[in-house]
Amino acid sequence: MSRPEEISPPEIFYGDDEARKYTSNSRIQAIQSQMTERAIELLALPEDQPAFLLDIGCGSGLSGELLDEAGHYWVGMDISPSMLAEVALEREVEGDLFLQDIGQGFGFRPGTFDGAISISVLQWLLNADTSSHSPPQRLTRFFTTLHSALRNPSRAVFQFYPSSDDQVHLITQSAQRAGFGGGIVVDYPNSKKARKMYLCLMVGHQEVPRGLEGEEEV
Amino acid sequence: MLVSILSLFSSPQFRENCTSNNFPLVFSEVELVVRPVPENQEFLKRFLPKLEWRALVETARSLGNESLPLIQPETLTDDQLKALHHVLLELHVEQGNMTCKGCGHVYPISNGIPNMLLAEHEVGR
Ligand SMILES: [Zn+2]
Repeated sequence: MSRPEEISPPEIFYGDDEARKYTSNSRIQAIQSQMTERAIELLALPEDQPAFLLDIGCGSGLSGELLDEAGHYWVGMDISPSMLAEVALEREVEGDLFLQDIGQGFGFRPGTFDGAISISVLQWLLNADTSSHSPPQRLTRFFTTLHSALRNPSRAVFQFYPSSDDQVHLITQSAQRAGFGGGIVVDYPNSKKARKMYLCLMVGHQEVPRGLEGEEEV
Repeated sequence: MLVSILSLFSSPQFRENCTSNNFPLVFSEVELVVRPVPENQEFLKRFLPKLEWRALVETARSLGNESLPLIQPETLTDDQLKALHHVLLELHVEQGNMTCKGCGHVYPISNGIPNMLLAEHEVGR
């Protein structure tokens, strides 16, 4: 099966049908929630305090539901109108939603967010599906505006599916140039099934967290 | 979208050829809804320093909400905290437009979702 990001741009791939399929598939939902929980954990937010967070590529709203449950306030961005309609109308999440192409950057004031999460989205930025903007330009634009929108100190955690080491390199390099510290965290690196990769970016000086090892938690 | 989000936007970094008189964006043809949420004073107090007070108040006033003073008080009374909670977290725009005074660009809002997509030639560098 081809990866969705290789078939068409996200706003087209996640049209009404795919959006509904995506949000109603329980296996996908379970995996997405698990990864979201882990991403929130990696944010290492202060305990028992509501935070103001950014959900990048908030898609189906699954991650938003978990942010709601954790008592956080959030803003979600997605490039797919169908996905957003699904979130807004079907799930009734609390967050504020924006139709936005993250590769164009976004205009939040410096220090607005206490953190950002993004589940299965970053790989979409590596597609050159527009003629005028190359993936490196879009990555730079994205990371630069994100870095500015985050407070110091804070973190942005991305679960993503790179298709090569070159992609990982391009992404981490763009993030570093935008001023981020941090790096890649791999959970269950030795398990074919459970292995998950997170880009854990830091604003301000912080230690990179360690990946999970051993047996996968069920 | 929440009305108060406007006081957190800075479009100059965002759009090409948009360099002055661009904060905050201005609402027009707005359909407002109020969605009550529980008060959370702790969140309010930590959120407050992030906001541009004057932009928030001017935006609220442009939509007919006069509950907050134009100059930010050093400490807010209980009534002001209540008013702030309402303006920050309960006032939503369902339909309408946001216009940039600087470059004239219009961001439409439909079903509560602003469309921030730019044409490729409009993307800032
Ligand atoms: Zn402008």
